[in-house]
Amino acid sequence: MAFLDIQHLEKAFGAMRVVKDFNLGVEKGEFVSFLGPSGCGKTTVLRMVAGFETPTSGAICIEGRNITGLPANRRNIGMVFQAYALFPNLTVEENIGFGLKVAGEGKAATRSRVGEMLELIGLPQLGGRYPFQLSGGQQQRVALARALAPRPQVLLLDEPLSALDAKIRISLREEIRRIQRDLGITTIFVTHDQEEALSMSDRVVVMHQGIADQVGTPFEIYNRPTTRFVAQFVGSLNLLDANVVDAAAGKVLLGDVPVSLNRPLLGRSGERISLAARPEIVTLGRSDGDHVVLAGRIADVHFLGSVIRIRVAVEGGLLSLDTFNQPDRPPPLLGTPVEVSVSHRDLLVLAA
Amino acid sequence: MTGKRFWSWLAVTFGGLYFLLPLVGMFDFSMRMQRGAYSFEAYRVVLADPRFQQTFGYSVVLALLTIVLGILIVVPTAYFVRLRFPGLRPIIEFITLLPLVIPPIVIVFGYIRIYNTSSILPLTGSWWGTNILLLFGYVVLSLPYMYRSVDTGLRTIDIASLTEAAQSLGAGWARILTVVILPNVFVSVLSGAFLTFAIVIGEYVFAALLNVNSFGPYMVWMGGNRAYEPSALAVIAFAITWACMGLIQLFTRFSIFSIVRR
Ligand SMILES: Nc1ncnc2c1ncn2[C@@H]1O[C@H](COP(=O)(O)OP(=O)(O)O)[C@@H](O)[C@H]1O
Ligand SMILES: [Mg+2]
Repeated sequence: MAFLDIQHLEKAFGAMRVVKDFNLGVEKGEFVSFLGPSGCGKTTVLRMVAGFETPTSGAICIEGRNITGLPANRRNIGMVFQAYALFPNLTVEENIGFGLKVAGEGKAATRSRVGEMLELIGLPQLGGRYPFQLSGGQQQRVALARALAPRPQVLLLDEPLSALDAKIRISLREEIRRIQRDLGITTIFVTHDQEEALSMSDRVVVMHQGIADQVGTPFEIYNRPTTRFVAQFVGSLNLLDANVVDAAAGKVLLGDVPVSLNRPLLGRSGERISLAARPEIVTLGRSDGDHVVLAGRIADVHFLGSVIRIRVAVEGGLLSLDTFNQPDRPPPLLGTPVEVSVSHRDLLVLAA
Repeated sequence: MTGKRFWSWLAVTFGGLYFLLPLVGMFDFSMRMQRGAYSFEAYRVVLADPRFQQTFGYSVVLALLTIVLGILIVVPTAYFVRLRFPGLRPIIEFITLLPLVIPPIVIVFGYIRIYNTSSILPLTGSWWGTNILLLFGYVVLSLPYMYRSVDTGLRTIDIASLTEAAQSLGAGWARILTVVILPNVFVSVLSGAFLTFAIVIGEYVFAALLNVNSFGPYMVWMGGNRAYEPSALAVIAFAITWACMGLIQLFTRFSIFSIVRR
């Protein structure tokens, strides 16, 4: 059994089922992200773990102990909110020391732990300030320190970076991950930002309409999405409509161009499917070996600086591809006939 | 000066005179106790009157108790209504506004009917009972002001998040209310408290009908039996009320928590 074990968790608000048969095991010290569009139930799952919502059914266990019925203030779980939720009437030090005071920790022990936390978040000189005297990024760091000070078993963060501007978001992202690693604390991080989820997590749970669509490492999620939703939500994706000609031999028809995938497909012959390819695995020009080569015309060129994003119209749809800028090679002109290549292996097959 | 400004000034001046002239007149009158000289003699007489000291002291204590009891009732109620039963808010607000609609005399007659000496709970029969009845009555009278100001204060903070943050740090309800919620609505509670103070200090109907010697009945008795002292008393009462209003302003402006909200 995992350190934090969520089994068959369900939540309904009235007739609306918001979380459906959610299962997850989080290992001790692991950093897991919940990734999904707004309204898919991420916060609801997190709030059930924290004890702010009661599950309709299912169980939540920490170290084998069932905590499903335990009130939030007896769970020993730290929580960081999107809106910081610092106590406005308390100083930074008092905010961080709040949980220790509740736990009946002595004055000296509290002071030294608060000092330690201030060091950890890199704000040792701001202990006497009030929250309104801090920037958003500083407030969120204090909120993190406050949640960590009483040494919780699990740390929950609900879109903690969403209210911050881009630069701070990235630096704080790295800082949260560093602190999490230093303390080895089991963490669930909720976000709708795929870059955040991919860059920070040991594992990512992609959620869709209350269901955990796929659970895996960022590498797996990105390269081997198991559902169409995951493939489309994580990263950008080219989708081409195709018809299965021979499932066993892996032959499909893109428009009227026959393509061989060199592997058996799950679909039946005659079925419509989608072929999916990430922009970075599509290359301009003909590649030999196990590559699918398609003919098309340049439909669009976006010069982004270091990267040039090109769209090529082929049978079955538009293909986006990225190439690196090379000073001696200007981007192709619109309408130029070109060939593009994709490796068989990297071409994903999704239900249409 | 443009025409528009002229009319504005005229309106303001007229309004100001409407309120100030009687006050000035009263103040002037209260200074004429000694023939042929302006003096504070009336004030001296009033302040030296043991019955003034006794009734005023009584009313101050009663006002403070009313405030404490009001806070104990209103803050948790307003908090839980906002947190857990937001749908009930209009109903609760309507109930707290009832004392403004129902005349105090009706309320106090209701009390006397329910709690008279031949009832199950004969509160009016004893000194303690009468005082408790008066205290509860004053809490009811103060509800519209207390509830509104506390509720307004709660609106300015994110009570749901603050509550959850405190809970996840292990805090129970008592601590959340006293350490997290109350300090953050302190200014609002104070403004409700000062209004309550002003109301209780001068209240007459409840006190008279329950036969309690508080400051209100004392002022009325003075008014019926003396010439200059009542004016002095009225000026003193006004000064107290205004001091309360001034304190509300002061706290609102200089409290750290009000800076927090900006
Ligand atoms: N207290 C509630 N009452 C009714 N519906 C709710 C409540 N909380 C959340 N929901 C609904 O549940 C769904 C999932 O919400 P949430 O978990 O907040 O999504 P996310 O965090 O992924 O954006 C949404 O459709 C939302 O409207
Ligand atoms: Mg959410």
